[in-house]
Amino acid sequence: MNSIASVLLQMNGIQKSFPGVLALDQVNFALRPGEIHTLMGENGAGKSTLIKVLTGVYPVDSGEIILHGNRIEPRSPADAQRAGISTVYQEVNLIPSLSVAENIFLGRQPFRKGLLSPFKILDWAAMKSGAEAALLRLDLRLDVTLRLDSHSIAVQQMVAIARALDVSAQVLILDEPTSSLDVDEVKQLFQVMRRLRDQGLGILFVSHFLDQVYEISDRITILRNGKLIGTYKASELPRMELIAKMMGKELADFESAAMAAPRRVTGADLPQAEVERSPKTLLKVQGLGKLGSLAPVHLEMKKGETLGLAGLLGSGRSELARLLFGIDRADEGRIELSGSQQSEGLSLSSPRDAVQAGFALIPEDRKTQGIFPDLSIRENLILAFQAKKGWFKTLDLKAQYALVEHYIKAIGIVAASPEQAIKTLSGGNQQKVILARWLASQPQLLILDEPTRGIDVGAKAEIQKLIVSLCQQGMAVLFISSELEEVVRVSERVVVLKDHRKIGELKGTEISEHAIMNAIASHSDPELAAAGTSATGASGGGGS
Amino acid sequence: MARLPKLQTQFIPILATLATFLLLGLMGSLRYTGFLSPGVFLNLVDDNAFLGIAAIGMTFVILSGGIDLSVGSVIGLTSIVSATLVEKHHVPPGVVIPLVLALGTLLGAGMGALIRFFELAPFLVTLAGMFLARGIALMISLESIQLTNPFYQAVSAFRVPLGGALGLPANGLVFLGVLGFGIYLASYTRFGRNTYALGGSDSSALLMGLPVGRTKIGVYALSGFCSALAGVVYTFYTSSGNASAAGGLELDAIAAVVIGGTLLSGGSGYILGTWLGVLILGMIQTAISFENTLSSWWTKIIIGGLLFAFIVIQRSVIRPSSKTA
Amino acid sequence: MKNSGRKGSSFSSVSLSPLLWPLVALGLILLFNFIFTAGFFQVRLQDGHLYGSVVDILTRSSPVMLLSLGMTLVIATGGVDLSVGAITAIAGAIAAVSLQSSGLTGSGGVALPLAIALPLLASIACGLWNGFLVAFLGVQPIVATLVLMVAGRGIAQLITHGQIISISNSAYHFIGGGYFLGFPFSVTLVIGVLAVVIGFSRKTAMGLFIEAVGNNPVASRYAGVNTVGVKLLVYAVSGLCAGLAGLVISSDISAADVNNSGLYLELDAILAVVIGGTVLSGGRFQLMGSIIGALIIQALATTINTRGVPVQLTLVIKAMVVLAVCLLQSPSFRARFRQSTKPRLPRITGAEGVTLKAQSDSGPSGSGGL
Repeated sequence: MNSIASVLLQMNGIQKSFPGVLALDQVNFALRPGEIHTLMGENGAGKSTLIKVLTGVYPVDSGEIILHGNRIEPRSPADAQRAGISTVYQEVNLIPSLSVAENIFLGRQPFRKGLLSPFKILDWAAMKSGAEAALLRLDLRLDVTLRLDSHSIAVQQMVAIARALDVSAQVLILDEPTSSLDVDEVKQLFQVMRRLRDQGLGILFVSHFLDQVYEISDRITILRNGKLIGTYKASELPRMELIAKMMGKELADFESAAMAAPRRVTGADLPQAEVERSPKTLLKVQGLGKLGSLAPVHLEMKKGETLGLAGLLGSGRSELARLLFGIDRADEGRIELSGSQQSEGLSLSSPRDAVQAGFALIPEDRKTQGIFPDLSIRENLILAFQAKKGWFKTLDLKAQYALVEHYIKAIGIVAASPEQAIKTLSGGNQQKVILARWLASQPQLLILDEPTRGIDVGAKAEIQKLIVSLCQQGMAVLFISSELEEVVRVSERVVVLKDHRKIGELKGTEISEHAIMNAIASHSDPELAAAGTSATGASGGGGS
Repeated sequence: MARLPKLQTQFIPILATLATFLLLGLMGSLRYTGFLSPGVFLNLVDDNAFLGIAAIGMTFVILSGGIDLSVGSVIGLTSIVSATLVEKHHVPPGVVIPLVLALGTLLGAGMGALIRFFELAPFLVTLAGMFLARGIALMISLESIQLTNPFYQAVSAFRVPLGGALGLPANGLVFLGVLGFGIYLASYTRFGRNTYALGGSDSSALLMGLPVGRTKIGVYALSGFCSALAGVVYTFYTSSGNASAAGGLELDAIAAVVIGGTLLSGGSGYILGTWLGVLILGMIQTAISFENTLSSWWTKIIIGGLLFAFIVIQRSVIRPSSKTA
Repeated sequence: MKNSGRKGSSFSSVSLSPLLWPLVALGLILLFNFIFTAGFFQVRLQDGHLYGSVVDILTRSSPVMLLSLGMTLVIATGGVDLSVGAITAIAGAIAAVSLQSSGLTGSGGVALPLAIALPLLASIACGLWNGFLVAFLGVQPIVATLVLMVAGRGIAQLITHGQIISISNSAYHFIGGGYFLGFPFSVTLVIGVLAVVIGFSRKTAMGLFIEAVGNNPVASRYAGVNTVGVKLLVYAVSGLCAGLAGLVISSDISAADVNNSGLYLELDAILAVVIGGTVLSGGRFQLMGSIIGALIIQALATTINTRGVPVQLTLVIKAMVVLAVCLLQSPSFRARFRQSTKPRLPRITGAEGVTLKAQSDSGPSGSGGL
C-alpha cells in the first residue's frame, strides 16, 4: 500500500446531528480500493451513523461524499446500492423465508427470453445459475433453491455479500458481520474478504473483536463521541494504543496514572467503602454459560460488594447479565444464593423468578427494555415492587406517593410532578426512575448494565455515588460499563471479559484502567490467532 | 439436533393442506358413493368460485403481511351496482363489468394508500372499507335485484363441454383463470416476489431497495379487483344482485387461505394452496350435506378446528426460523 | 383519568384529556338532536319505567358497552378479541337450553341461578382458550381469536340444534327487558360491570400491569410482571363480558337466536374502544371512553333512525368515524400537519433513540417515488 494509492471513497467534513446530539462532528474518512478498513469505536462513537449516512439512510447536515471522484448524495439504501455502495449487516437484511437464489436476485430478477419475453415471466433457471455463479465468486457452493433461513447465519451473510457484489458493488460495508459467527465461520468469512480485497474492492469493516480486527485490517479508523480520533495502519498501531484511543485516553496519561495511586481510593466525591466488614458470600455462580452467548463463567459475590464487569462492547457483559436475570436460559451451570432454601441452586427461567429471588436488573437499552414511555413516573417507579407483591396486594395511592416522594428526594429525580409521563424526562432522570424502581423492590443483588450511558456528567456522578452508598447498605452490585474509568472508580473487584469469556479478575489495588486494558490486549484467542497466521500467509501480498 | 431435514419445514403447511384434501376426498369416497365423481368436483369448483376468487386476492394481502376485511362487502357492492346499472339503467354489461372491476380496484387501492402513507393498521382501514362498501351497497338497494339481461342468462347457462353430460360452468372457468393468473403473478412476476419479500421482512425489503410502498398499495388493489370479480361471478351464479350478499365471506376467505397453508404472518404460502383450501371448505360442506345425521353447524366447528390445527402447525414452522432472524 | 397532572403537552395533541374528544363528539350528536329532533330528550315515566330516545340509546347500546369493557382491557395489552360476538351466541344458547322445559333435567329446566352461571362459566372458558393461544402459544391475537369467531357460532348452533329457542322464563327476561329503580336493568348491569371492572383494574395493581404490558412488553417482563398471567386474565374477562352481553341479548328478545346474536358486535366493540381513546397498539386504556364510544355509535344510529334517513347510512358514517379516528391517532398523519410548528422528534433525547426512530421514518421516504 503506497502513499499514492488512489482513493475509492472519500468522506469530507461529515456533520450529522439529531435533536440534542451531535452524532458526527466533522468526520473525514477515506477508503482505498483493495483495502480492508476497520471502523472502531465504543457505543455512541458514531460508527453506525457514519454507515447510515454513507448508505443514504440519513442525509448529512454538511460535508461531502466522493466516490470515484464524483460527489454522490445517496438518499436511500437503494440509491447507495446503485452508486456502488452495498452493506451487509450483522442481522442479515435479507428475506429469510425466500430461497437463496431469490434473495440474490430480488428486485432485479431476469425475465425469460424468447417467445415468452413480452410476458415478463421470471426466469427461475437463470436465477438459479446466476446465483450459483455469484456464490462461486466467493468460493461457495450450496443449494440455492433452499430457503435462506435453512442455512447458518454465516452462509446467510455470504449470500448477502454475493448479492451486494452482484449488484456491482465497489464499496462493501460489513457491519459487525462476525458477531454471531463461530471461529470456523469467521475464518471462512475472512477468506472471502481477502479474496474480494485482492479483486480491488474497498471493504469497510466494523467489528468489536480485537483479534479479528488485527488479523484482517489494513487500516483502522477510530471514532469517539462523534469525532474522528484518527486513521492508522493496523500494523503500526499497538493494541494498547488502540484501546486507549477508543476509551478516549492518551497512552501517556495512563502510564503516569498507573503509577499514581489507584483512583478509587482518591475519588474524593465517593464516600469510601468500609474496609472488610467480614462480608458474607451472597451469590455463587458456577460454570454459568450458554452456547453461542457466553462460555461458562465462575463468579462469587459478597454482600455489599461492587463487582465490575469490564470488557469491550460485545465481550459478553450483557449476555452474563441476561443469564443471571433469567432473560436467557443458561445451558449449563448453577446459581447459588445464600439463604435460599434450594440446595440445588436457583432455577431462573424468567425475570419474574429472578425478581422473586431478590435480583434486579437495569437493562442496557433504557428505551426499549427499561421505561414504559406513556406511563407516569409514579407508575414506572412502583412497578417492580408491585409485581413482586402481586396484583392483589395493591399499594394504596398514599403509600405510592410516599414511595415516589422518598425516591425523588433520595435520588434527586428532577420532575414537575410524579404524574408526569416518563418519556418527558431527560435520559438521566429516566434512568434514576428505573434505579428507584428496583431500589423500591429491595433487591439483594442489583445488576446495572450501562447505567450511565447517554446521561450527562452530573447525573452520572450522582448515580455512581448512589451505587457506592447502596453497597454500604449491604446490597451487592454487579456493575457493567464500557467506560473503564467508571468501572475502576466504582468497583471493589473487576471481572474482565473478552470474546464471550471471562479472562481475568482484578481486585483491590490491582484495579486500574491500565491493568484492565492490559488484560484485554494481552489475552488473545489461541484458536483464531493460529487460524489467522496461516490465512494471512496464504494471501500474502494481497493488500497492495 | 434431531430435526426434520431442513428442506421440509417450508413445505409442512402446504403438505398438510394437501394431506387434508386427499384425506377428506378419500374418506368421502369411501363413505359416500359418487363423492369423488367428476360431477361433484365440478360443482365444487362452480359453487365456490366467488369465494375462491376473493380468497386468491386475500392470499396476496396475507402474503404481504396484511389483512383485508372488506372482501365480502365489496362482493355485495359490485353485485348490486351491476344489477342496478344493468336492470334499472339499461347499461350494457360490456360497460358495467369493466366499470365495477375498476371500482373494486380503486377501493382497494385507496385502502392500500391509507395503510401505506399514514401507516394505519390494515385491520382498521379495511374494517372501514367493509362498512363503507356494505353501507353504499345497502343504500343503492335493500332488495335483491333479479338479473334478466340475456347476457347474464347466457353466461349462467354456459358450459365448457367436457364430454358426456359434464361441463365446466363459466364461473368455474373464471375461477380457474384467476387461479392461473394468481399463480403467474405470485411466482413469475417481480410484483409477486416483492409481495413475498414484504411479508417476510418489510424492513429488509426496504433495505434491499424493493418498491415497498408500490407493492403494498398494489396488493390491496389486487384484492379489491379480485373481490369485485368475485362479485361479478356472484351475479352470474345467482342471476341477481344483492347488497347483503357474501356477508362474513371474509372469514371464509381468511380460513381458506390459512387452511391452504399460507402463514398468517406473511411471507410464505402458495396460491395453489388457497385453491386447495377453498376446495377443502367446499368438501366439508358437501360431506356434511351427504351425511344426513350431521347438521350444517358442524361445518363451522370443523373449519374452526382445522384453523386451529393449521395455526399450531404454523407456530411450529415459524419458531425455528425466527430464531435465526 | 389521573392525567390532569401531565405538563407540557401541546394543545394540538389528543392528550389534553383522553375523554375530551369522545365527549365532544357525543355532545355534538346530542346537540344536533336537541336542535333538530323534537322530543329527543323527552323522558316519560310510565308504570315507574323510564322511556324516551335517550333511555333507548342506553338500553340498545348495553350489549356493546359490556363487550367494549372487556375489549378495552384486551386492546390495552396490545391484543384484540374477535370472538366476542360468537361467545354471546354460545352464552345465549346455553342459557336457553338450560331453561328449556324439556332441557337437561326434563322438569322445567334448571334453576335460574344455574342458567345464568353456566353460560358465564362457559364464556370464561372461551376467554381462557383465547388467552391460552395468545399467551402460551404466542399466536397473533387476531388469528388466535379468529378460531373461536368461526367455530363459536357453530358450537352455539350445536347447542341449540340450529333452532331459535325461545325463553319463557320471566325472571330471565328481567336481565334484558326489566327495570330496576325505573332504569332498564341492562343499563344498571352495565353500570355495575363498569364499576367492578374499574374497581378491579384501578383499585388493584392489575390496571397498571395491563398498561405496562401494552406499553412495553419487554420492559414488563424485565420488571417481573407476569405477562402471561395478565394476558390470560384479560381474555377471560373479555369472555365473561361477552357472556353477560349474550345473556342481555337473549333475554331482551326472549330467545337464543344463535345466527344473529352478537353478529358483527365484535367490530362495534372494537370501534367503541378505539373511539373512546384507547389506542389499538395497547398501553393506556379508557374504560369510560369505551362506554362513551359505544354510546356514540348507538346515538348515531338512533339519530339516523329518527331523522328518517335510511339506516344503511349508519354503516357509511361508521366507516368515516373509523377512518377519522385512525387518522387522528396516526403519528405520521399528525406529523404531516404539524411539521411546521413542531420539531419532528420531540421526545427523543438519546442518540440510540434517534437511530431507531429515524430508521422507521425512513420507511416511507426510502421507497418514495416508487
